[in-house]
Amino acid sequence: MPIATDFEYHKPKDLPEAVSLLARYQGRAQLLAGGTDLIVWLKEGMKAPQALIDVKGVPELWHLDVKDDSLAIGARVTFTELIESDLVKSRFPVLWEASRTVASCGVRNRATLAGNLCSAVPSLDGAPALLVHEACVRTRGPVEEREIPMSEWFTGPKRTALLPDELVTAVELPLPKKKTAGCYVKLGRYRGEDLAQVGLAVLAEEGNVWKLAFCAVGPIAQRAEKIEALLNGKRLSEALIAKAKALVAQSISPITDIRASSEYRLHMAQVMLERGLKTAAARLAGKGPAYGASIL
Amino acid sequence: MTKTSIQLKLNGMQRRVDVEPNDVLIDVLRDKLGVKSPKVGCDRGDCGTCTVFLNGRTVRSCLVLAIEADGCEIVTLEGISKDGPTKLQKSFVDHSSFQCGFCAPGMVLAATELLQNNPHPQREEIQEAIAGNLCRCTGYSPIIEAIEDACKK
Repeated sequence: MPIATDFEYHKPKDLPEAVSLLARYQGRAQLLAGGTDLIVWLKEGMKAPQALIDVKGVPELWHLDVKDDSLAIGARVTFTELIESDLVKSRFPVLWEASRTVASCGVRNRATLAGNLCSAVPSLDGAPALLVHEACVRTRGPVEEREIPMSEWFTGPKRTALLPDELVTAVELPLPKKKTAGCYVKLGRYRGEDLAQVGLAVLAEEGNVWKLAFCAVGPIAQRAEKIEALLNGKRLSEALIAKAKALVAQSISPITDIRASSEYRLHMAQVMLERGLKTAAARLAGKGPAYGASIL
Repeated sequence: MTKTSIQLKLNGMQRRVDVEPNDVLIDVLRDKLGVKSPKVGCDRGDCGTCTVFLNGRTVRSCLVLAIEADGCEIVTLEGISKDGPTKLQKSFVDHSSFQCGFCAPGMVLAATELLQNNPHPQREEIQEAIAGNLCRCTGYSPIIEAIEDACKK
């Protein structure tokens, strides 16, 4: 299917050039990184920008390294690069596990974590792991650089706190100070190239501290704070898990759509919470299935 | 819209072609450069029939603008089998892995990428590697067996 919209194509060579291009088009340009969402939207006429600004040539967006006690993931870094990074696998295995569930290899070779956050569809696999790690999104506009906490990033389905003249430069995850373990559990209709029906990231921290975040069961991906408050400070037990499951209905607002009914999503979110908590606890204790193994 | 001349290395040969910014790579490959192995299936990145190697990685050529490929290297099925079928392709033949064959070019490239990075994959790793390549004929078993078998030889 051809793309009906005509647009100009720019490939800036550095960050200042990208920022000034964005300013020049005043919200009528679209940023292009992996393009795995954008090209579909262009084909379907859901976006009709005057210009595309391809940020793949901007070297300031290529980094994937630890600085100042944070892992910085440049906006140009693909899911495949995250999966192949020993740093990500060893320090942020929940993000590593989530990255492996994104679409398929051929899409992950192109799609970026930052692009996933900017598309901001409710089912995005990138978000729950970033939410439990309390990551922040670093942006650059014509006048200032901003650091937006993940908890304030999503403002609605496909809507974010990013201003029209800003671009994402990096996603930063603070290195955990205590021993942690966790998991990303994704329910899809089949493996490969399906969006999540329910996604859940669990992060267990030494000392019975829990962080949980869901995607695909509400307008935006977000933390399940009521369940976290119940769990924090307590030892995990079957009785506590049952209480936590009873809070799921108050923590999410799933809809019925082509991929699942709201009742099915709610039921499975409870099942996934139980397995997620048990898996995270087992991994924290040095047991449990290897990262990447399906627990559904 | 203004045409731009882009240059790419396609299956080992330097090629130059005029494209518009909204031309999609799969259409330029098939209609302007005469490479017919990548197919247009779903045209939205779900089915994998348009798979090509772009700078050494498989991508969905229906989700790449041709202009993005300026200065890049592209390898399609025609490129990997220039000197006859590869060991992997022969294994696909031996296992009667295809019926209609529409998914075959993409499937072969996905499996080729897997074996480049991981010469002895587990069955689950094979399933993951081809999870984004849909086949509506075979039920996948003969495809997975062909890839497993090619690793043993």
